[in-house]
Amino acid sequence: MAHLNLVQAVNQALLTEMARDERVLVLGEDVGLDGGVFRATEGLYEKFGPQRAIDTPLAEAGIVGTAIGMAVYGLRPVCELQFDGFMLPAFDQILSHASRLRGRSRGRFQVPLVIRAPYGGGIRALEHHSESPEQFYVHIPGLKVVIPATPADAKGLLISAIRDPDPVVFLEPKRLYRAFRQEVPEGDHAIPLGQARVARAGRDVTLIGWGAQVHTALQAAELLAAQEGISVEVLDLRTLSPLDLETISQSVEKTGRVVIAQEAPRSFGFSSELTALITERLFLHLEGPVVRVTGFDTAMPYFSLEQYYLPDVGRVARGVRQTLSA
Amino acid sequence: MVKSSKTRTGSRKPVAKPAGNNRQDHLWSLGPPVEILRPDGRTVAKEEPDIAADDLLKMYRWMVNGRVFDERALKLQRQGRLGTYAPLSGQEAAQVGSAYALEQRDWLFPSFREHLALAVRGQSWSGILLYHGGSEEGGRVPEGINNFTPSIPIATQILHAVGVAWAAKLRGDPIVTLVYFGDGGTSEGDFHEGMNFAGVFQTPTIFFCQNNQYAISLPRARQTRAETLAQKAIAYGFEGVQVDGNDLLAVYQTTRQAMEKARQGGGPTLIEALTYRLGPHTTADDPTRYRQDEELQHWQERDPLIRMRLYLERRGDWDEARETALWEEAKADIAQSVTAYEQAPARDVEEIFKYTYAEMPWNLQEQLADLRAYLQESGGQLPE
Repeated sequence: MAHLNLVQAVNQALLTEMARDERVLVLGEDVGLDGGVFRATEGLYEKFGPQRAIDTPLAEAGIVGTAIGMAVYGLRPVCELQFDGFMLPAFDQILSHASRLRGRSRGRFQVPLVIRAPYGGGIRALEHHSESPEQFYVHIPGLKVVIPATPADAKGLLISAIRDPDPVVFLEPKRLYRAFRQEVPEGDHAIPLGQARVARAGRDVTLIGWGAQVHTALQAAELLAAQEGISVEVLDLRTLSPLDLETISQSVEKTGRVVIAQEAPRSFGFSSELTALITERLFLHLEGPVVRVTGFDTAMPYFSLEQYYLPDVGRVARGVRQTLSA
Repeated sequence: MVKSSKTRTGSRKPVAKPAGNNRQDHLWSLGPPVEILRPDGRTVAKEEPDIAADDLLKMYRWMVNGRVFDERALKLQRQGRLGTYAPLSGQEAAQVGSAYALEQRDWLFPSFREHLALAVRGQSWSGILLYHGGSEEGGRVPEGINNFTPSIPIATQILHAVGVAWAAKLRGDPIVTLVYFGDGGTSEGDFHEGMNFAGVFQTPTIFFCQNNQYAISLPRARQTRAETLAQKAIAYGFEGVQVDGNDLLAVYQTTRQAMEKARQGGGPTLIEALTYRLGPHTTADDPTRYRQDEELQHWQERDPLIRMRLYLERRGDWDEARETALWEEAKADIAQSVTAYEQAPARDVEEIFKYTYAEMPWNLQEQLADLRAYLQESGGQLPE
């Protein structure tokens, strides 16, 4: 076991897979010599050389588009896109090609590609550096979307993403990169995609989150247990697509009440789909309406107001009380 | 090479030059387009090009097959037996010369008009019809043929071709990739990013631009102020060359040279083949809205098939009887392909879901089951 923070765990996953499989390589802006702007790829250039830790020109469509070709040819490229807000130039390549080539070629060509990007707010960054774009990617058939919330999961899920035969968008909550350390298993540590985690067991309410919101949810659960005797079950989705509906169902059948916390804008987002699924399938188990605690239908504010935009412990706890009083 | 006189005279600030300068003696001026055959079938140079007679005849055969296929596909679409189709007539030399130049191990990346190039590389005409008949099965390239499936969004396939070439280079495989795109495609960002990556990483990629003069309705001059498209290569640090795209031999030879250079580690080349789309952009287009009859006539006189036929006749390799026989044979072959296409088995609705992921996730399984249940309720078919 190593005591690692989340960004170190990402680094460990890359090191492990690159050592295990010579087809794996990383490419992106400043990922080589510099080790990445968050140091996620530190040491890879020294260990594996410039042909496997590749500094590319500053062009996101170019990075993802050429990586699609590499993946089709049999390599296992892991792209780093430097920030959430800079993923958009690559969107056409992701939507029109990475996710569709298997279908278009009836399986002749596949795209085992990972697109990593730091995402989410809370680090007092510039505009376009604090976005939560997961809803764009979960809507794309053929793509998988993974968001870890702990160092151990970051390593285990990234390893599985790299081994996956389909393209994966892997969003890393940058607020958690250095937030805390955790024991992370050494070496080959793979956590299957598509499996949610019960981060805290409880009886009264199911509180669903992903990424940094898992920790806000855990703190809210702690507070509500200590001060009001409310027993909150916290689910960390880990993989948004494909979704682990079974774990959600088991929890909701038990609690009958659901709160979903997301950083992204409120409307038409992932929490909307979760609400629809729960309503369609678990309606008779529900004792009240599903409550969403979210960002607002605005642009992500600059950092002097971001603490009001991101759901915090108080707002999440308020959502839980709301569903209990319904 | 650019002279660094400013550095020598000690000036540190770069001197901005006025934009839009249209002088003809630019540093980046290229030579005239590569030509081997004149429109009358005579060679430009005295000596014969070094291409085996067998290859000449095979390439001519492909050109005729492409023309016959194209005319048949257009008719099928008009009869409601085929979906939207992008005709290639006029571009046979550009497609055959380039595709035939490649080796089997090399990879070819079409856009959406390269039916003939795909066929030259071994794909069946019936499969190509199937694609335009609305079946993804037509995009299933048989194992052993290194053709990519068509990319309809403009210029996006350029990056894939660079990526495959780059991966092959990293692995030490001596293959070359060739990617087709049009004059309009050179305005897209993916063209720029692909050319730039290829230059930086010296990938073995041939960028093959079929400049057919129009991007749907917009003429080439409205895509860029640049004198040529080929000169764009210079900005990325590699060679660009213009070639008469209706001259089969010039296209073939230029592509061979670019291929050999790439295979030997010489990096990418941009080839701009000057050609003309004799028909509409697609079967949904009416070119009389934006093109003059005189222009069409000018290019009809430069039909690549006529030029090649005249050349073969002049060499003594061809005559009227062989010409007639070739067209009859091509028509029979294409007719057979049409039959095979129209006899393709009916598809199951599972085909919609099956290739989305390597393994079908629960949501797709559920949606497929629901569709099956609906069909069963309505007697196995969609209700009228």
